[in-house]
Amino acid sequence: MEVFVQQVFNGIMLGSTYAVVAVGLTLVFGILHIPNFAHGHFYMLGAYLTFFLVTSWKIDFWPALVLSAVLLALLGVLVERIVFRPMRDQPHVNAFISAIGTLMFLEAFVMVVWGPQGHRIPNPYPETVNLLGVVTTQQRLLVIAAAVVLIVLLHLFIKKTVMGATIEAVAQNREGAMLVGINVDRVSSVTFAVSAATAAIAASMVAPIFMVSPTMGALLGMKAFIVVILGGLGSVPGAIVGGYILGIVEALGGGYISADYKDVFAFGALILILAIKPTGLFGKEVG
Amino acid sequence: MRRGQFFREKWPYLILLVFALAVPALFPSRYVLQVITMSCVFAIATLGLNLILGYTGQVSLAHAGFFAIGAYGVAMMTKAGLSFWLALPLSALLAAAVSFFVGLPTLRTRGSYFAIATLCFGVIVSIVAGSWFSLTGGHTGIVGIPLPNAIPFPLVGEIGFHSKAAQYYLVLGFLLLTLFVMHRLVNSVQGLSFVAVRNNEVLAGAVGINAFATKLLSFVIASFFAGIAGGIYASLMRSVSPDVASINLMFNWVVYLLLGGAGTLAGPVVGTLAISALTESLQFLAEYNLLVFGALLVAAMVYCPRGLVGLVEAGGKKVRVYYRRQVGVRSDLEG
Repeated sequence: MEVFVQQVFNGIMLGSTYAVVAVGLTLVFGILHIPNFAHGHFYMLGAYLTFFLVTSWKIDFWPALVLSAVLLALLGVLVERIVFRPMRDQPHVNAFISAIGTLMFLEAFVMVVWGPQGHRIPNPYPETVNLLGVVTTQQRLLVIAAAVVLIVLLHLFIKKTVMGATIEAVAQNREGAMLVGINVDRVSSVTFAVSAATAAIAASMVAPIFMVSPTMGALLGMKAFIVVILGGLGSVPGAIVGGYILGIVEALGGGYISADYKDVFAFGALILILAIKPTGLFGKEVG
Repeated sequence: MRRGQFFREKWPYLILLVFALAVPALFPSRYVLQVITMSCVFAIATLGLNLILGYTGQVSLAHAGFFAIGAYGVAMMTKAGLSFWLALPLSALLAAAVSFFVGLPTLRTRGSYFAIATLCFGVIVSIVAGSWFSLTGGHTGIVGIPLPNAIPFPLVGEIGFHSKAAQYYLVLGFLLLTLFVMHRLVNSVQGLSFVAVRNNEVLAGAVGINAFATKLLSFVIASFFAGIAGGIYASLMRSVSPDVASINLMFNWVVYLLLGGAGTLAGPVVGTLAISALTESLQFLAEYNLLVFGALLVAAMVYCPRGLVGLVEAGGKKVRVYYRRQVGVRSDLEG
């Protein structure tokens, strides 16, 4: 029982990261219909920027995290403008190739600047806590709490602000949104900024627990896609639920059956769910 | 008369064929020949991908998984003593059979959902290849795979595959065979129904095409060729590792296909050879290699979205229009 609770807790921590990253991706992929395969690499770059600011500029963890998020938001806007905006009227696969070009560029950039080896951010909150029989560190609890706060903030942003309403309008009907005077270009920029910034925050939160390395983004980006598809394209609640499901399946499969095959369970679960419900858990339209 | 017409229409292909046959003489460097041979192996895989992605419009990202099944199949069977010429079709059939069972659930999904579901299968293959130590040798993989067996000929004796040139001709033969099969397939009624499903699945269903069965057939044939390419790869490299199932390899093929021109027969071959040549020539950049390549990829997509073949076609059309204007043919007479 104790092992079970411990694994579920680990799953929730993993799932928090997946959920936050996937929400960012579902905004871009589900709403703007851009298959941004470089999303995981935004995440990786966010972790590296925090690492750089903390170790080289000796900034505290929290200001470094905020600065990293702001820089990534700018990068998101830049990438949208240069890479994805010219792809808008072309087939999806072209945007897909551009995304691959972008991720190669970002990964090579990080390799050139910081080298191929992994780095570690000093953990700001390493004290262990005993919570209902689960032994964990404060940082891990913070990851879970930060994910909840971030998800609530994103929800308020989309549902309660004018900018959020325009994003939803573009998602529902691009031409209709243009007709009522919504600037679709600006919506794309803002969506990319929000998406990249949330990835940077999620990455910075877990960076003190795991290593940062140039390849950390690839697998996470792929899992974020899996979560988005699992939850249903463009569905924010779907991305959140999907993220926690993936985290828990992975932790339980890894803990009870085999650590080597933990990703096999996660990916196998997705194929199974799609076989039963081809549009994902919360999906409406056929993508 | 007919033969004369054949030569008049097909002479560019004959020149290409002569050039392809002369490659070992033109490039005496073993390294260059090896790179060209491997590009041709990848061209076979890309042609397979072209069938499902280019002609049938389904973005399958499981292709590297089937390539790996073919590669591991040939590796294990030939190490167990089976002849390469038997192991290769068996492994490709194995890849095709697995793709049938993967296609059944995943082809129920559409668009991005299909891409991600197949991507999951590809990742599962690579993890299993890396972890199932007793079968696949784990991350070290399988080494010491025999070269393809020599073919005995009645008069000239045996044709062996120890020299790089012989290996090149072997791969060229398979590539031409693949091109021939693809040519016959996409120009058949079945090929038309692939394109019909790509263009409009609902409409295709309305005119009596079973869209699901058509997609499944395309998926299985595509995987068969991925398996063939994988088997040849394993036998010529003489070792396999989980890298053959990697997502990067898969992404490379998608890039070859789309930059070359999807939905054409020349596109995958041109794309594979051109981009392999480009990446080889960027090797001098060392760690900046991917930095430049990534930027080039984005630029290519922005400035020539229909790929190299599309670029050549557009250029050819411009030249023709210019030429006709010069000789005074009225534009409304153009075919």
